[in-house]
Amino acid sequence: MSVTQMPQGTAVVDTGSGLPAGAADTGGAPAPAGLAAIELVGVSKSFSSRDGNVQAVERIDLAIGQGEFFSLLGPSGCGKTTTLRMIAGFEEPTQGRILLYGEDMVGVPPNRRDVNLVFQSYALFPHLNVFENVAFGLRRRKVPHDAVRRRVGEVLELVQLEGRERRRPKELSGGQQQRVALARALVNNPRALLLDEPLGALDLKLRQAMQIELKRIQREVGITFVYVTHDQGEALTMSDRLVVMNEGRIEQLGSPREVYEQPRTRFVAGFIGTSNLLSGRVARVVGGSALLDLGPGERVVVPLRGGAVPGQHLDLTVRPEKIDMTGGPEPPEAECRIRGRVTDVVYLGSSTQHVVVTSTGASMVVFSQNRGTSGEASAPTHDVWLSWRAEHSYLLAEQEQAGDEEPREETGGTQ
Amino acid sequence: MTTLAPPAAPEARPVAGERAPSRRHRLRQPRGHLGHVWTWIVILWLCLPIFVMIAFGFNNTKGRLNFQWQGFTLRYWGQLFAIPDLTGALINSVTIALIVTGLSILLGTPIGMALGKYRFRGKALTDVVLFANVAAPEIALGAAVLSLFITLGIPRGYVTIVIAQVMFDIVYVAITVRARMASFDRSLEEAARDLGAGAWTTFRLVTLPQILPGVVAGGLLAFALSIDDFVITQFNAGQTLTFPLWVWGATRLGVPPQVNDMGTIIFAGGVLLAVLSVLIGRRRSA
Ligand SMILES: Nc1ncnc2c1ncn2[C@@H]1O[C@H](COP(=O)(O)OP(=O)(O)OP(=O)(O)O)[C@@H](O)[C@H]1O
Ligand SMILES: [Mg+2]
Repeated sequence: MSVTQMPQGTAVVDTGSGLPAGAADTGGAPAPAGLAAIELVGVSKSFSSRDGNVQAVERIDLAIGQGEFFSLLGPSGCGKTTTLRMIAGFEEPTQGRILLYGEDMVGVPPNRRDVNLVFQSYALFPHLNVFENVAFGLRRRKVPHDAVRRRVGEVLELVQLEGRERRRPKELSGGQQQRVALARALVNNPRALLLDEPLGALDLKLRQAMQIELKRIQREVGITFVYVTHDQGEALTMSDRLVVMNEGRIEQLGSPREVYEQPRTRFVAGFIGTSNLLSGRVARVVGGSALLDLGPGERVVVPLRGGAVPGQHLDLTVRPEKIDMTGGPEPPEAECRIRGRVTDVVYLGSSTQHVVVTSTGASMVVFSQNRGTSGEASAPTHDVWLSWRAEHSYLLAEQEQAGDEEPREETGGTQ
Repeated sequence: MTTLAPPAAPEARPVAGERAPSRRHRLRQPRGHLGHVWTWIVILWLCLPIFVMIAFGFNNTKGRLNFQWQGFTLRYWGQLFAIPDLTGALINSVTIALIVTGLSILLGTPIGMALGKYRFRGKALTDVVLFANVAAPEIALGAAVLSLFITLGIPRGYVTIVIAQVMFDIVYVAITVRARMASFDRSLEEAARDLGAGAWTTFRLVTLPQILPGVVAGGLLAFALSIDDFVITQFNAGQTLTFPLWVWGATRLGVPPQVNDMGTIIFAGGVLLAVLSVLIGRRRSA
């Protein structure tokens, strides 16, 4: 597959409004430098329905950088689609402002916004063939005939659909339809591409292939992608940054690594990956870390972000793959260690998952690699020690605080 | 009047126009002998009056009675427009049918779209009114519209025929369009907007092509219902004559073979339109 060059400069569809050349690559985690491609300022949306008001989105603040692959991740009904539709212009926010390259978009209809949406159902025009579907946006802008031909050809090559121009959408497989939907949006060279669970209708194998494909395409064209998904694996592997949403609010914003390794709230810890939740009272505070009050021989240290006082109740999380499990006597040099009894062993091929109930009654999951060395295969009812480094204990914000404080300010400097 | 247009069967098909392959498949399914024979009997029975109508247009009849076969002739086809009143009535019928079809499409399509697309206050009531209109005896509707015209002091004639028929035929367009709209994916319109199309362009390029089979089917129904309408027209015609009214008036003296010939032409036209709409529907969905 030849790499199709689609720099903004050669775009035949230039809308005239001086598109900034190239994408300012922010390289991931930090908030975008310079002018944000898309900015949401205090955006709320409520729907009035028969049984009262539904608050779909509540005071969302976001700044998405140019050329960024940005994901909105959250469970069903958390307001992802609503947020995307507000950016596209199909819903008006009840409160707040939406800026596109610094320009206020409120009141601007969808056909005048330089963003394109890829619908979950693809919404391909059934009466038009692939070529005409893809050319639809160009024709609306009166792009000359041969420019349309060339441009559609380029984009179809980009999504590897050359030679299928004359087919109707019905005559294509699900994956091919998905590519047409993508091409139809990309061909306009929009300032941002909005994708609403674009891979949701595909089977697992195809979905994984398309994830790689999408990422490649995004790199090649350098367009800002705003990607909605409820699949945490998808969000973690594809995004430069993501937000985790819950009930219309942002729970956390950060790079995939930050969100995975340093979940700020109980919700994020629970929603992303398998995580172990522990709670206890503070015994002592030493040099920015709290030591929890646990059983004899046990110790759990957690780095603090704010202050803490002895006796205070804290929640923390540890990812399963960070935990070492050992039989026999307590590991004296471990920064954090806790006693437990194995209740369940699940062989997963490359690793083994143990479920351990701790002395405090918490249930913890531990993954260990099957390297063939001894000490990995603990059987149920074995007494074991779980140990990990203090830096892998991650303090969770209290549930109520999560939405009340401004999550945006804190995501940068969490440690 | 039953001979003039067998409306529902062929025209109704484009509503389900995209199912052409499955229909063919169904025909190929094995079927008992009895079923076969029965089907053909029914088809023959339905076609018989039409054959009789066509045949007696070629009858070499003497005098005004045209009930007995007296030999083949093309004489009456040659004198097709020899009866000025009949010709005028036919012209009235055809122009009224065209106007009524156009108006019914223009007025009925938005109603059908709204019913299929939006939820609004009074939607259930609109539904009831539509179906009541279909279910109500034509004679009641005709009489009701007449009393309305009398109350308003509007003189009966060409215009009142059109108004009364449109009132009646809008419903058929609305119902066929609404059926089409129900299976229409709203996100197609959003996709068009998203790609830069304004409201009108979206309608023209996306919505209309999707509901067109429904519009065509409704229009054909309206045309067929209008051109051979007797009851409603009779109430509201005043001095204006349409083809069915002329034929009705002539029956006491005997119906000339020209009536059969004109009936044949109208029938052929209807069949042609129906076949065209099926063919177009098939090409679109192919
Ligand atoms: N047009 C509407 N009218 C009323 N309520 C709505 C409307 N659209 C969305 N909602 C409500 O807003 C909330 C958020 O919906 P939204 O579609 O944004 O969720 P989502 O995160 O996209 O979920 P999913 O993953 O299931 O697609 C839901 O409670 C939903 O019922
Ligand atoms: Mg959604």
